[in-house]
Amino acid sequence: MDLTVGPNQFFWSADRWAGFYDDLAKSPVDRVVLGELVCSKRLPFFQERVPDAIATLIDAGKDVALTSLALVTLKRERKQTAALAEMGVKIEISDLTALPHLPKGAAFSVGPLVNVYNEGTLIWLASKGASRICLPPELPLASVATLAKTGADLGVAIEVWGHGRLPLAISGRCYHARLHKRGKDNCQFACEDDPDGLDVRTLEGQPFLTMNGVQTLSDTYASAAHQIEALTRAGVSSLRLSPQSKGFPQICDQYRQLLDGKSSGAEVASAICDIDGNIRLSDGFLTGNRGVDWSGMQPPDTPHP
Amino acid sequence: MEIVCPAGTPASLRAAVKAGAHTIYCGFNDETNARNFPGLNFDRSEMRDGIAFAHAQGSKVLIAINTFPRAGDEALWHRAVADAETCGADAVILADPGLLAYAARHHPDLRRHLSVQAAAANADIINYYADVFDVKRVVLPRVLSVPEIAAINAETEVETEVFVFGGLCVMAEGRCSLSSYATGLSPNMNGVCSPASHVEYLEDKGALDARLGGFTIHRVGPSEPAPYPTLCKGCFGAGDKTGHLFEDPVSLNAEQLIPQLQKAGVTALKIEGRQRSRSYVAQVVRNFRNAVDALDAGMPMPEGMLAKLSEGQAMTTGAYKKTWR
Repeated sequence: MDLTVGPNQFFWSADRWAGFYDDLAKSPVDRVVLGELVCSKRLPFFQERVPDAIATLIDAGKDVALTSLALVTLKRERKQTAALAEMGVKIEISDLTALPHLPKGAAFSVGPLVNVYNEGTLIWLASKGASRICLPPELPLASVATLAKTGADLGVAIEVWGHGRLPLAISGRCYHARLHKRGKDNCQFACEDDPDGLDVRTLEGQPFLTMNGVQTLSDTYASAAHQIEALTRAGVSSLRLSPQSKGFPQICDQYRQLLDGKSSGAEVASAICDIDGNIRLSDGFLTGNRGVDWSGMQPPDTPHP
Repeated sequence: MEIVCPAGTPASLRAAVKAGAHTIYCGFNDETNARNFPGLNFDRSEMRDGIAFAHAQGSKVLIAINTFPRAGDEALWHRAVADAETCGADAVILADPGLLAYAARHHPDLRRHLSVQAAAANADIINYYADVFDVKRVVLPRVLSVPEIAAINAETEVETEVFVFGGLCVMAEGRCSLSSYATGLSPNMNGVCSPASHVEYLEDKGALDARLGGFTIHRVGPSEPAPYPTLCKGCFGAGDKTGHLFEDPVSLNAEQLIPQLQKAGVTALKIEGRQRSRSYVAQVVRNFRNAVDALDAGMPMPEGMLAKLSEGQAMTTGAYKKTWR
């Protein structure tokens, strides 16, 4: 099993964005997907830095792909999606809208926001040229195993969500703008002050969700630390790590050590929580009753219904 | 314009047909459709009889098979498509590309509509679905404004169907895992969102808390009405603010936008609510049928026709007006 870093889901300054990929070039990951996933209005802020980041990562031996937008509605977004292929690297589709724009015969990867729930869809995507598919995070381990087997038969590498806040929903409405009593078209980039999203609490003050512009994420950081053996047995090719603003290179190191058998799931989970003391972990989509569940020690803020 | 009405039971189907529905949509009583609630939906013989009844009265029936088939268990969904054809359905409403490919290959004569669960939100992807799977109609996601719908219709031959009344999904449909994160039951996999089995009401010092999956997402005083705790319409805190951060507990009512939707090239108006009673369905259908008949005859639209059904419940035109975003 190897490591893929997924696209940054948040709005960072261009300098922070570029610095992140400079650091990542030195980290022990195999593959990096970058570009704008969530909101087309963010792209102009760092677009000029994308070619340099790609070059740096390729020079460091990383496999690189560019993501398409997760929800394409506007003409401008359709053009952005169609223009992705001109960047000269592999494309990861995050919405099927990108599919008809891909160069004929070009291999592509599929991000976790495309609904690949079954063999029929996996086979169909493979017939269109998909060579790698990151499965939707809500799939249980049994489905992952079935799909990894189908992927192996077809030569399609299967990834699962390995670390990071879970992308739970995407909307036409910008919640960050709404919170500041602004419309989406006049958002004034309300999301830029929250490099890991804005905490959304229940009425009892319990951390629950995370707001990120038009996207809604989990409060918990999903972690496959305790599931590595099961995922390996299932034939999963890669773990997807989702960028966060604090200690990400160290987090990549932790998962690398886990895959290399140099540390245990419990040690990795504990190290992740040491990097950021506010982090709560979950892995319930794989083996629990609910996505929010955690198979390791119970974090203090998890509810007990 | 065609009125497309919900039927959760055979009795609702008959009521909708009698009230003037051009078309009814419904589902089999299992996980293959996105309204998989106890006591709802049709077994195979009810479906056959319901379709025969509708056809005899000149109405059409569409069968929603719009959840995403489970890995290793696709046969349940394949059988639903085959049975829809046997039962005489006028079309199936599908969301999953693998299932669309299966239906196009094995049941080429069965008309295919693209479910809102596919979240096809622009002309490029709609035309692609038409090219690849010969999809004849798309149900548009509730994230688009009326001008955006008009722009889509200008660029596609595929018919468009839009929601005009009933529940309001504020997230792109088919791409929301909020429910499975908090409860383990998923719209995409189980056809269930914010399920009643995971709801608890707790009284505390005169206030009534509503919890979903153990998360308190609503609180009302003793005399206030307690809305059903749907995750995206829950009450939350962020920063120094507390409120309905995603959406208020409102439902959709776009009755006044019908003329604009017609101008935008929309083929069919969809009413949500397969879980509603047959009298509700009949009343809504009658009103919407009157509205489109008036429009077709060049008469003014009846005003406030659904006031009675809307009483006490807040309404919105949702994303159809750009300011909503």
